[in-house]
Amino acid sequence: MISIRNVSKWYGEFQALKKCSTEVDKGEVVVICGPSGSGKSTLIKCVNGLESFQEGEILVDGISVTDRKTDLPKLRSRVGMVFQHFELFPHLSILDNITLAQCRVLGRSKKKAVEKAVQLLQMVGLAEQQPKFPAQLSGGQQQRVAIARALAMDPIAMLFDEPTSALDPEMINEVLDVMVNLAQSGMTMLVVTHEMGFAKKVADRVIFMDRGEVVEDQPKHTFFENPETERARQFLSKILTH
Amino acid sequence: MGPLLHISVGAFTVWSQANHFSLLTSHFSSKTALIAAFDFSVFLRPSPESALNNLSYLLVGLGWSLLLALTSWVVAFVIGSAIGVMRTLPGRFLPSIGACYVELFRNIPLLVQLFIWFFVIPDMTPILGDWFKRQVPPIWQEFIAGTACLGLFTAARIAEQVRAGIGSLGAGQIGAGLALGLKRRQVYLLVLLPVAYRILIPTLTSEFLNLIKNTAVASTIGYVELAQRSASMAETTSRVYEAFAAGTLLYAVLNLLVMALARGLERFTSLPGFLGGRR
Amino acid sequence: MFFDWSAIPGALPILWQGMIVTLQITLVGVLVGVLLGTLLALFRLSPSRLLSWFSATYVTIFRSIPLVMVLFWFHLVLIPLIVGLLFPGQRLELRFITALTAFSLFEASYYAEIIRAGILSVTKGQLSAGLALGMNRGQVMRLVILPQALRRMVPLLLTQAIILFQDSTLVYVINLDDFFRKAYNVGNTVGTLNELILFAGAVYLVICTLASGCVRQLHRKLTVLAR
Repeated sequence: MISIRNVSKWYGEFQALKKCSTEVDKGEVVVICGPSGSGKSTLIKCVNGLESFQEGEILVDGISVTDRKTDLPKLRSRVGMVFQHFELFPHLSILDNITLAQCRVLGRSKKKAVEKAVQLLQMVGLAEQQPKFPAQLSGGQQQRVAIARALAMDPIAMLFDEPTSALDPEMINEVLDVMVNLAQSGMTMLVVTHEMGFAKKVADRVIFMDRGEVVEDQPKHTFFENPETERARQFLSKILTH
Repeated sequence: MGPLLHISVGAFTVWSQANHFSLLTSHFSSKTALIAAFDFSVFLRPSPESALNNLSYLLVGLGWSLLLALTSWVVAFVIGSAIGVMRTLPGRFLPSIGACYVELFRNIPLLVQLFIWFFVIPDMTPILGDWFKRQVPPIWQEFIAGTACLGLFTAARIAEQVRAGIGSLGAGQIGAGLALGLKRRQVYLLVLLPVAYRILIPTLTSEFLNLIKNTAVASTIGYVELAQRSASMAETTSRVYEAFAAGTLLYAVLNLLVMALARGLERFTSLPGFLGGRR
Repeated sequence: MFFDWSAIPGALPILWQGMIVTLQITLVGVLVGVLLGTLLALFRLSPSRLLSWFSATYVTIFRSIPLVMVLFWFHLVLIPLIVGLLFPGQRLELRFITALTAFSLFEASYYAEIIRAGILSVTKGQLSAGLALGMNRGQVMRLVILPQALRRMVPLLLTQAIILFQDSTLVYVINLDDFFRKAYNVGNTVGTLNELILFAGAVYLVICTLASGCVRQLHRKLTVLAR
């Protein structure tokens, strides 16, 4: 589904990504973890073309992200993304946030779009918040709406960029629950996160990145029980002692 | 309204005379200094400049100022928004054109720009220029030159504010819009600008107030707006304090009105829970 | 489109005289404006209601009327009045003094706002820390707050100075010969008005672009230091 092949990216002199490669198959849930500055957010933003890269190739469902002929907006509409800071549109109601792209990009009728929106809001547990505006909701609620907004486009895969990092601790679980359900329903997911509990529960594979490189890329159990590299071991010991 | 004004003006005149409210004024012709009282009835006397009384003479001037301000604002807002948006687009070509525009129109004094529009450009444009100089009546020549000058000058300032407004929203909003598959044009129109303009209402209001003040510069090419009329009334009636006090008051009142309208606009467009809007 | 720039080289001495006037107005306007503006800002922030009210009124009035009108007002009213009181019976050539006074008092209101915002931008914590050490308000203001505030304000103060430099052209309305007026007069006399206007515009453009570029550099350096 998603192929990342030898991707390298430089910001001027500084190399943010060093020959990163991995594959995400349909239905797989892959978690990317690592210390800050390791390039995980940059890498995931390359997948839907929000960040550019100088070397390598990324294919989404067979379509190259950097090919000039690729219809990038169309590609993006097929891959959902959830951001660390939710990024709901503050001037639109919750409902409008979810229906905007459905109507404007997919061309759905307003009626169908609203139906879908309501169904998704029910799924994430926020049906009564319909008429409200983003500023009136808590962080956890906003992030769940953001997930619904992305799902409304019927994506083939979902990208998560540190979805719970900006949330107060008591709200993290409500968002993770939604993500767990999504994973169990068979969605292809690429998730950048620090939440190892989530990884242990639903991930198929875990990727560890450090200083722009993919250092480990293992099935879940192997990663947690027997990581190959010293760096990964150190990272795990620091993060799991909490 | 009329009778009330008459009564209060008359009452004040009587009171001021009775209290020997006097001040030393020097006449700007070769006459010696006069002792005069504040005489507010001067506003009701006919102005030598027109068929109206002095107060109306000033009010019409205010109207001309406002007219020039409004037309210039329309030009400035449209062009300024376009340039501001241009400066936030990716790539290097468009943003630098925007930057050049802003630098050009911000680094030449307003008066010089006005003279260029009024004298130089009609001279330099082949057919349209000649028509402008010969066929268009002077007042409208001044008006058109004034609108072009103030419009483009203010547009440069608006462009900077729009750029800052969009910038303050952060790349996150742009990213979120693009990630949904919206094209860049759609992201700007549907997501960025609606929020940016709301944030910008205070700065744009102060820009509009600046524009109103800048219309006074048009008096140098003969456009008879309020500041010019204040001075002219002062000269013709010798009532300098009253004339300038009235002018100052009219500008101040206009300021207050514009600010009140802006507050109303802010309230009308406010978003629930956001920036202190309605709940 | 044939341009005749021939009048310009010969006119340079005259134009330079005008430029001197422009620079003098700018300099005096900035210096007095900043001094008076600082005073006004401090008044506004002082606990005294009278001073605060006075400053607020002053600033509000001068900021709601056009500079053109202030120039008219000073030229037709205040200066003749003061001169009439001080030197009765004399007619002096006062346009230059008028311009200096008008610009100084007008710009003071704009500087007052910049300075006030700069002072307020220094957090309350700094004031508390100073007072906790036993300093009085005056000392804290002088030793702690103003130095920090100044660093933030300097780019804005300089930008306002550039604006003043451009606004000095408005002395046109009181028939004072600054750089632009001289250029206009020369152009009228020789018959190449367009060329002189464009030349003057170009001169202002070059000076102001260079100046604002320098201010930007300064701003960048100051911001780095502040971190």
